[in-house]
Amino acid sequence: MQDNRKERYKTVAYYPGCALEGTGQPYDISTRAVGKKLGLKLEEVKDWNCCGAMEVKNIDLEVQTYLSSRVMSQAVHKNKAEVVMAPCNGCYHNLKKAEYDLSHKEKSKATVEKISAKAGHEAYHPGEIETIHALDWIKFGYGEEELKAKIKGGLKGLKVANYYGCMYTRPRHIFPEKGHGGDSESFKDPHYMDDLLAIAGAENVEFPLKTACCGGAHTLSDSDMSTKLVLNILEAAEAAGAEVIATECPTCHSGLEMHQIRALKKLSKDTKVKVVYFTQLLGLAMGLSPRKVGLHANVSQSIPLLKAKGIA
Amino acid sequence: MPIHEKSLIRPENLSTHDNLVIDGVDVSGDFSTFIRSRVVTDYNEDLQDEIAAMPGGEYIHRCWQCGSCTNSCTVNAENPDFNPRYWIYLIRMGMESELLRDKDIIWQCVSCNKCTSACPRDVVPEGVMKATAHWLEMKGHTPKSNSLIFDEIFTDQVVEYGRIEDGRVLMEFMKKTDQPLLQDWLVDLVKKLVSGLPLKALSKMGWSTLFHPKTSDWSKARDALREHIAEEKAKQHAALGMDPAE
Repeated sequence: MQDNRKERYKTVAYYPGCALEGTGQPYDISTRAVGKKLGLKLEEVKDWNCCGAMEVKNIDLEVQTYLSSRVMSQAVHKNKAEVVMAPCNGCYHNLKKAEYDLSHKEKSKATVEKISAKAGHEAYHPGEIETIHALDWIKFGYGEEELKAKIKGGLKGLKVANYYGCMYTRPRHIFPEKGHGGDSESFKDPHYMDDLLAIAGAENVEFPLKTACCGGAHTLSDSDMSTKLVLNILEAAEAAGAEVIATECPTCHSGLEMHQIRALKKLSKDTKVKVVYFTQLLGLAMGLSPRKVGLHANVSQSIPLLKAKGIA
Repeated sequence: MPIHEKSLIRPENLSTHDNLVIDGVDVSGDFSTFIRSRVVTDYNEDLQDEIAAMPGGEYIHRCWQCGSCTNSCTVNAENPDFNPRYWIYLIRMGMESELLRDKDIIWQCVSCNKCTSACPRDVVPEGVMKATAHWLEMKGHTPKSNSLIFDEIFTDQVVEYGRIEDGRVLMEFMKKTDQPLLQDWLVDLVKKLVSGLPLKALSKMGWSTLFHPKTSDWSKARDALREHIAEEKAKQHAALGMDPAE
């Protein structure tokens, strides 16, 4: 890829998705705050709709493809954008998945065109827009060197486990560019979040469950399994010496927060590690106040720890 | 006859004697711990096609039984009875009665996509698990799983409004599955959440619970989606030999 990303990502169509309007509000608050601080512009996708999440996909594959395609169509035709940025792993995954299906499956293409026509808007055609994650946006849109100049060791002394979850790099056919040369992301060992937080001064710990599953799909319908999977992640982070887990997905984030409480109530397993969005940590490192990055709206109460460390 | 796990020695095929002495020798213990010969006659030759007609199951025919899916599976690591490779094998062989022995756990796939990433044949095992869970429910072998109930509530709200509101999905799910909303851990969660939030954020949350967030100009999309879902459901029913209008 020709690297004019710094220019391309300067202003992007922002797709918060349902989660960032609901339980993931702190992620929305901190993403906007960090963007503002870095001079990166976000223009919310006009009149967006749900990406279909995994729930709709389970009911009907093509409906999910249509929903994601409509988001991209809105960004192309209403926002006149070249790039759409989705901080939620689920949204990011689904937009990329729709892009893949529309380029590889005749049935998906035909269905999306049919439903779009009936719904009365332009159908989305693959290649019309580039979908990126908040990690790409900051890493390439602002640039690591520039970030180094902007923040000098703001998170010094904080031990962080970086947790990426399932949907950011899997399955490999939707993310073919990852793990293939250059500075692209590996689906087994992603590192963009580690890179950014290291620049911000954090001490990243060796965390073996980076891409393990939090059981988010069944967080309510099979809570015992989700609690077990979350507990694996929390305990691995603590064993690695982490004080906080940095997340980049609202489903993972609320899953970790919820099941940390549930593990204590149901299994008497107490874990101390705090759950924080990576954008919240970046914001703090740049000197934004805890309130500005929505730290008070997290369930996991990290403010005392971060205050004691002189970070918040 | 190929060998597949679990059916080698089933508990019901063991004959156990606690006190058995033959010619003065105590031979108490488990007998018949050998593989019983049996002739399988109850194949459902259409099973693979039926699963392939469900959303996600279309590539099941590609499987060559390498086991990468089960080897990488998140749920299998916690419960060895959860075995995608084995179920795909049974489906491809048409061994419906064998498959039905595990009918109550197949829905537990967490969609982490490790299997789909690991699969060298692009079977999309994650999709096959969902397809199989749907098939079980549509055929009446299992009641609607909580997972499916959740998916339906979520999808209904998206189709209706274009967006969902977390609180509403949660409340409706608890209601439909007869679970108390005031579970101790949920109460604790809400307490922790509320304790830090300023009034403005709280009222915003309350507001969106009362007034559903909507995508404007959605009614035509809603009708088109409803029509499409009904068509697909009818096709699935027909593929399972059921009345499409059901």
